[in-house]
Amino acid sequence: MLKDWLGHHHGFHNSPVHRLPAAAKLWAALAMIVGTVLVPWEWHPWFVAMVVLLSLATLLSRIGPWFLFRRLLLLSPFVLGVVMVNALQPSVQKSWLALAARSGICLFTVVLLANTTPFGKILAALRSARVPALLVTTLALMHRYLFVLLDESERMRRARASRTFKRQRRVRWHVLGTVVGQLFVRASERAERIYAAMCARGWK
Amino acid sequence: MHIPDGFLDGKTAATAAALSAVGVGLALRQVRRELPPQRMPLLGLAAAFLFAAQMVNFPVAGGTSGHVVGGVLVAALLGPSAAVVVLTAVLIVQCFLFADGGVSALGANLFNMGILGAGGGYLVYRLVSSRLRGLRGQVTGVAFGGWASTVLAAIGCAGELAWSHTISWSAGFPVMAGVHMVIGIGEGLIGALAFLAIVRTRPEIVAERTPASGGIVPGGVLRYGLLAVLGLTVFVAPFACPWPDGLESVAVKLGFDRQATQIIDHALAPNYRLPGVHSAAGATALAGAFGTLVVFGLALLLGRILVRKPVRESTKESTKDPPC
Repeated sequence: MLKDWLGHHHGFHNSPVHRLPAAAKLWAALAMIVGTVLVPWEWHPWFVAMVVLLSLATLLSRIGPWFLFRRLLLLSPFVLGVVMVNALQPSVQKSWLALAARSGICLFTVVLLANTTPFGKILAALRSARVPALLVTTLALMHRYLFVLLDESERMRRARASRTFKRQRRVRWHVLGTVVGQLFVRASERAERIYAAMCARGWK
Repeated sequence: MHIPDGFLDGKTAATAAALSAVGVGLALRQVRRELPPQRMPLLGLAAAFLFAAQMVNFPVAGGTSGHVVGGVLVAALLGPSAAVVVLTAVLIVQCFLFADGGVSALGANLFNMGILGAGGGYLVYRLVSSRLRGLRGQVTGVAFGGWASTVLAAIGCAGELAWSHTISWSAGFPVMAGVHMVIGIGEGLIGALAFLAIVRTRPEIVAERTPASGGIVPGGVLRYGLLAVLGLTVFVAPFACPWPDGLESVAVKLGFDRQATQIIDHALAPNYRLPGVHSAAGATALAGAFGTLVVFGLALLLGRILVRKPVRESTKESTKDPPC
């Protein structure tokens, strides 16, 4: 259930957008986002161009627009909340429409990038951009074991649900804390096994 | 608390990015120097752990639920520099893979949750746990530090949004700080319970991090504290002090502020103000100080309740360890 909405759409690996080099896509997306954030709102052609460009990329990527729209909706509650506060507020002159448009364009860019580019290729692009190796290794390990640990926590949740019948408030907090602690213990034990395996395969 | 793209203007995003780049650079350097190679994979796994732990929701009063950030918990277990690196990885993956938090706001989110949250929260943890010795002090420190990290991150977030003129300080700050003072209680409670669970199952994980010497605040931690203070001065000070800042006169500001806070306060946090105090800033400060004291008392109580039992257990099990 959890992984359903975390899961990515890598179904069509050979659309033109998927085939573009990852580094080019990453830097283009960054440029688009920075531009969208910095360009003054009066500069309408930029925003129109962004919308056209993103629609074109969506068409070419052959990812269902409905899928992308659902991802967008999932991510936007905070945006909608701030936009509403901003719209209710008389003292701030910036228009809520600009805020919504900017956030929407940037969100869509990232969603499209994430769904057409495997994370490993983004990491390779980061590595060649001289991002510190320790950070890239941490990112790679995190991405690799993220879904393993999510599965682990799902198994722990199921085990707990099948064993605790009462719903007492005090017990519930205690169980939550213990589950989080236990998850860390399991993660650190896994890290030890991973290190042993890395050494066995000739890592430094 | 992840700020999306488009909410921060150029100067705020650039300032926050510069501050967090310095912080992350310092953290990476220190980790590379101090972390033994066999613990290197633990950084990635701890990041995956934080991501998974952030999926654990806990109930907050009023039917809503919050989730753990866990910066202080990881900082207490692995050290502050490792915690900053771990949170950096978490935020980058959340940003690029799940579009949670904006790309242009990555610097600000890193500053709020990494430097202010994990670094500042760890500072609080160290201050508390060095005053109160033993496991009880550590548990109290994790609880209070976790709460403080949530509130600090929320204050930073409100300051950045106000500096970008997205939400005015008078509307954003009471809501953000008020809500996160409540959410932070859950963060502190879960952090303390998780810390205790880890100590009971794998005491050696924590033992490596137990501050052996080096005064109350070692130099490495102080750097994050300085960065945090610098950022707070930039983002928050212009709004927290009623001095004219050249952009707008005080009268206009206060006039607008009253109007805006009244709407928001009645809508979202009706009882946040203390009765009988008329100045908005004074009331907010009083309520904040009062809340902080209450939470610190709760953290002390929590440490007392949680760590009474294991002392007896540990003396029963192994007599060679002196009771804390």
